[in-house]
Amino acid sequence: MDSLVIIGNGITGMTTARLVRKQSDRPIIVISDETDFFYSRPALMYIFMGHMKFEHTKPYEDWFWEKNKIQLLRATVTSIDTNAKSIALNNGQTLPYGQLVIATGSRTNKFGWPGQDLTGVQGLYGMRDLELMEKNTSNVSRAVIVGGGLIGIEMAEMLHSRNIPVTFLVRETNYWDNILPQEEAKLVGRHIREYGIDLRLGTQLKEILPGNDGRVRAVLTDKGEEIACQFVGLTAGVTPNTDVAKSSAIEINRGILVNEFLETNVPGVYAAGDCAEFRMNRPRHPKIEQLWYTGRMQAETLAKTLCGIRTPYDRGVWFNSAKFFDIEYQTYGFVSNLPMPDEESLYWEHPEGKHCVRIVYDKTNRTVIGFNLFGIRYRQAICERWIRDRRTVEYVLENLAEANFDPEFFREFEHEVIALFNSTNPARKVLLKRRRGLFQMA
Amino acid sequence: MQPISIELPHRDFSAIKKAGLALCAVGFLFMIMALMEVSRSNPVLFFMLSAGSMVTGALVFILPQLKESPAGIKHNRLFFLSATSRGFWGWAAAVFFTGFYVILYWFPQYLENLIRTTDWLSWIMRGKPADQWFLYGFYYTLAVVVMGIRMIVKNRHNRYQIIRTCSVMFFQLGFAFLIPGLLQLFNQPEFYFTYFWPLKYSYLFPNDIQWLMSQPGGLGVFMIYWGAMMSFVATPALTYFFGKRWYCSWVCGCGGLAETLGDPYRHLSDKSLWSWKIERYLIYSVLVFVVMTTLLLWINSATQGAMFGTWSQNFSSVYGFYIGALFSGVIGVGFYPLMGSRVWCRFGCPMAAILGLLQKYWSRFRITTNGGQCISCGNCSTYCEMGIDVRAYAMKGQNIIRASCVGCGICSAVCPRGVLNLENGPMEGRYNLGR
Repeated sequence: MDSLVIIGNGITGMTTARLVRKQSDRPIIVISDETDFFYSRPALMYIFMGHMKFEHTKPYEDWFWEKNKIQLLRATVTSIDTNAKSIALNNGQTLPYGQLVIATGSRTNKFGWPGQDLTGVQGLYGMRDLELMEKNTSNVSRAVIVGGGLIGIEMAEMLHSRNIPVTFLVRETNYWDNILPQEEAKLVGRHIREYGIDLRLGTQLKEILPGNDGRVRAVLTDKGEEIACQFVGLTAGVTPNTDVAKSSAIEINRGILVNEFLETNVPGVYAAGDCAEFRMNRPRHPKIEQLWYTGRMQAETLAKTLCGIRTPYDRGVWFNSAKFFDIEYQTYGFVSNLPMPDEESLYWEHPEGKHCVRIVYDKTNRTVIGFNLFGIRYRQAICERWIRDRRTVEYVLENLAEANFDPEFFREFEHEVIALFNSTNPARKVLLKRRRGLFQMA
Repeated sequence: MQPISIELPHRDFSAIKKAGLALCAVGFLFMIMALMEVSRSNPVLFFMLSAGSMVTGALVFILPQLKESPAGIKHNRLFFLSATSRGFWGWAAAVFFTGFYVILYWFPQYLENLIRTTDWLSWIMRGKPADQWFLYGFYYTLAVVVMGIRMIVKNRHNRYQIIRTCSVMFFQLGFAFLIPGLLQLFNQPEFYFTYFWPLKYSYLFPNDIQWLMSQPGGLGVFMIYWGAMMSFVATPALTYFFGKRWYCSWVCGCGGLAETLGDPYRHLSDKSLWSWKIERYLIYSVLVFVVMTTLLLWINSATQGAMFGTWSQNFSSVYGFYIGALFSGVIGVGFYPLMGSRVWCRFGCPMAAILGLLQKYWSRFRITTNGGQCISCGNCSTYCEMGIDVRAYAMKGQNIIRASCVGCGICSAVCPRGVLNLENGPMEGRYNLGR
């Protein structure tokens, strides 16, 4: 039968392989030049921090792949010949394919900063970066991180765990406020500073300065300040890794262009995950999705198509989550960083400043559009249902306890959220239907 | 696969924490001295110098963590430190714990002088001099309380963990130490209300029943009644409502030690499918063993020895030696620093076996997963002391219902995406297939 060749053994590649195997016996080959086995990329930070070893980050034991006849190949793909339906590997081998999936992920953004290739300057995306970071951070008295996104704050936490002082350059007025509304962005900013991280908001990197040894000596900011450091983390986002497709007939823009079925312009060749770029416009959805979750969900869709049930990708109700040092973040639906003209939002923050809830709703029909949660866990299924069923903010508030997913005995904040709503909407007062309590669940 | 050479972090411990560790070491040395003749002249002084210094030192080490950094999951460097990653100090601790149990069970005469340092307390509590079991009970309880404080400090952001830890400290201190002692002070039988058959197997053996029956006053009879009720009524009922955790991680003394003294080692449990297989063979074999022993003893007792003679008693001695002492004590605690904190609870405890079967087939308890938010990072599996591959379920969005789960709640605490939650709910639909 037609062999399925997958380039990339990240969440997208491996999920595709696993799910195709569930439905068919065809040969499946997964090629990676990064690691022998699939590991969880978001867990890289925990290896560096000593929470886990590499082996703990592997979601499946090593025997799993052989048992399921998924062949793992450690090699670099040098070119794709779409006419001959084959790929060439760096070990000289040529591999024919029936269907080809490109799931090569991302690479670190570098914006042409002077000195960006000096020793001690790096991003954090894969295992190689982690090994490099291990080397680059020994005997470092200060590190500078450039770019206030999710990888930036992870890197700050990693370095902090090794007692390395960190200066964190963030271009935005508040941390990640191109995504988060101001209140949430400030909440995270305070927490970053609580950890002694030197957070520099509204500050950009201008230049990375070399020492005599060819290693980074300092960075120069756009405010003219020189900060001495021996390590620079570049965390201003990632960009699709499309190298493998570059000299082939496969169409590329920023990412490998795909339609809603994750098909490229070449029949039998697919792309999914970080490296793929959708051709079509989807309101409020990015064309390139660079999340773990989207990588997995695209793979789930793609596996169906590969097994003969051509299925369009549907992201469903948007969700994402992260953790900023100790503060967990969950978001469901759409919460935009700047208030939208037809939307209103209820924002409640605990006086201690480490828990908050934002519920965004439509001004006119009052249906709920999105949730932001910091330091509080809500049930994804319930929030999704409310959004999909177009429930009103009043309905959601009355039933808010249903969504609570915090562990037993945790403080419940629902009544405080409702009290805030009632004080600002005296004409629409709502009453919490029931507390979550100890023995209730959805 | 990935040879990552990780260097030791620049600074290990702050000066004050080092001072605390040093004080612990000094206390430990005095404990060694207390084993010798020299302590006989002033046992109370040696008690203070050994136990006193160790407790003070431990607190000096633990309490500064309150100020060290904001509350949250702090497992930094756990896999770099030799004590918590099967390095030199881990092995040293394992040899020490194992050796201590061997001496305690089979060579208590060498502990004589150390036992005398706890005499004063034994007199106050029990109105009689200390023996090896009093010494053991005292240090066991001390470990649960001091390391319980550590657990609370470490998890001060997590109310489930705080309350649960207080619970194991309370039951150990009150029901497994003070009450059995005070009972003796008032000439009542030494009885542990928080241990039941089959963990405390002898409580349903003919010998113990006869011994309790023969006690003056009604208390002995009440104790028999209590033990039987707990084994046969309370155990299924409470497990139905709350899962196995009501006992294993809230009440039990073995669990109490594992959740406190054992916490720094919880991540060392083996998560492989292979170890799960071994676990099932072993734990149910022990259960069969103890049930058979109990039956044989009763048949023998009913037939007044006509059927088995001394044979059933031998059977019981073998159980006592291999399971009661060697497995639950020497290996169960001794191997903490090598195989994680729940070696006995996972591979041996017959009580856990029964609770586990109930939890699997007749309970409202489950760990739920929050939609599709798992990032497969592996923190939940790594920190599961029972060696459950929690992630395998979480990434499929399945509920986790495993016989071995003691409901400690650490998987939910360490999950960086808020995916896991311990819940009680209707049995219907408890097993879901996930995404």
